[in-house]
Amino acid sequence: MIDVDRLLAANKSDHGEEIRRQIVLPWPQAFRIAIRNVTLRLGRAAITATGVILGIAFLMSVWTQAVVEEATQDEQSIAIATGVGASETVLDDEDLGAAATTGDEEHTEGAARRSWLVVMSLLVCGVGITNSMLMSVTERFREIGTMKCLGAMDEFIVRLFLIETAVLGFLGAIVGAILGHVIMLLVSIIRFGVSVVPKMDWGQMLIYIGFALLIGCVISLVAAVPPAVRAARMPPAAALSTEV
Amino acid sequence: MAKIECPKCKKVIETTGLVTVCPDCGADMREVMEKLARFGDEAARPKLGKDESMTTHEFIVRTKGLKKIYRMGDVEVPALRGVDLDIRRGEYLSIMGPSGSGKSTLFNMVGGLDKPSSGTCFIEEVDMAQLDAFELAWLRCRKIGYIFQTFNLIPVMTALENVTLPMIFAGMGSDEMLERGAFLLDVVGLGDRLHHKPFELSGGQQQRVAVARALANAPAIILADEPTGNLDLQTGKEIIDLLKRLNAESETTIISATHDLKMIDVSDRIVHIRDGQVERIDERADIDLEVGTLGE
Ligand SMILES: Nc1ncnc2c1ncn2[C@@H]1O[C@H](COP(=O)(O)OP(=O)(O)OP(=O)(O)O)[C@@H](O)[C@H]1O
Ligand SMILES: [Mg+2]
Repeated sequence: MIDVDRLLAANKSDHGEEIRRQIVLPWPQAFRIAIRNVTLRLGRAAITATGVILGIAFLMSVWTQAVVEEATQDEQSIAIATGVGASETVLDDEDLGAAATTGDEEHTEGAARRSWLVVMSLLVCGVGITNSMLMSVTERFREIGTMKCLGAMDEFIVRLFLIETAVLGFLGAIVGAILGHVIMLLVSIIRFGVSVVPKMDWGQMLIYIGFALLIGCVISLVAAVPPAVRAARMPPAAALSTEV
Repeated sequence: MAKIECPKCKKVIETTGLVTVCPDCGADMREVMEKLARFGDEAARPKLGKDESMTTHEFIVRTKGLKKIYRMGDVEVPALRGVDLDIRRGEYLSIMGPSGSGKSTLFNMVGGLDKPSSGTCFIEEVDMAQLDAFELAWLRCRKIGYIFQTFNLIPVMTALENVTLPMIFAGMGSDEMLERGAFLLDVVGLGDRLHHKPFELSGGQQQRVAVARALANAPAIILADEPTGNLDLQTGKEIIDLLKRLNAESETTIISATHDLKMIDVSDRIVHIRDGQVERIDERADIDLEVGTLGE
């Protein structure tokens, strides 16, 4: 079944143009392989992405709530303002100032609570992603070892994982952002009625969404780099003999 | 190709000098082959002492006092205890030894897959410890083709993608790469399985993909660690046949760890390893005798 004659004949004719280019750093190839890895290991990729999705969803819900609160607060202060305007009576400057300060205090307190939530959600996100990246790199030691046997440079391996993670991080962040945003928006609509929607600062919302995507990608990459570098630096023999 | 006649069923078969049993009746044909070899049929003659006439051998791989100690916590496991081995260019070398004797470890050192604890390994007179990451990758990519007992194909890639991988690392153009990949797979009899994933292939087929992959960049050395260990007889024989002919006809140096007598049979030299040391080295002349007695 093995046709050695053809092989030998071909080897002979090939002989002239022996050494081709150097080992180029094939970005497009790395990209192609990485994307295939993601699409073919969908189940695995989904688990890795879940960490991102949950973290970013949490973050996004906090930010959406912030925008909603902002909108409802405006409503309250408008109500206060119009209330003042309508009665046009004895309310002096002092009362007005007091109302404003309570509003401000509530506002800063809300902001503090929110930034604490943001930090928490980032932590959740970071731990989740690091964990799943570590797993997905570890279970592929053997593959990494094989690639190194075939002539892959360490950078190529790292690049492969970086592209994969960036893709997963970005997709996970998009899904997470949509999920967190939509859920929080629905909750707010139930609480305050549909009228909140047009009152919200959608420009600010978009900025938050952009940040969420960015953060999702950055955390994913930061989490993925150490295990990927460690795996790539291993001597091929060690990577090959690792049983997972 | 030479024609030889089976001593038992009288069937005339064509061989490249590698068949030792009659495919029809299973009779031992070694004796006939011997005669043929002595009568000087080119194809049937084993590559016996090919370089002997030269005053200096050109060694493609040399090891000097190679030691490897694995540390597991406080326990030290010496896997190699000083191996000196000179491997000639274009020879077919088999490494034999009981399980745990250090064959795979020696392999990893020679193939640049691991670093020795002490001692040096030269490849074409270059100390491997002196190579930087790029040169090491270059060496693994173009100089050496690896075949493993466990195949080690990339599970998410198709047969063709697996075979083209070393060519990607060698910087070959995309069209050329696919063409050569398809050609190599066709050569190993998998021309109709280009787009199958490893898990869709049998063990024998997977190893043939691995062989095609090892040949991708036409390496000067093929390192095979028990390549037939997990295979059926037929595929094992075909792979040995392929390696032997590559060795005989395109000067490829074959270094192979094995327990497989068929593989020993085609070797120029056999290195016996025990407890991390070279116990003895058999030259071709002794091998025939030994295989004769072992085969009984
Ligand atoms: N990664 C490792 N860590 C610790 N010890 C190891 C490691 N690899 C090999 N060894 C030890 O080194 C010795 C030689 O192992 P090696 O794998 O080279 O044997 P081998 O001759 O290839 O055996 P086999 O025929 O079973 O493949 C063994 O005692 C083994 O336990
Ligand atoms: Mg072994």
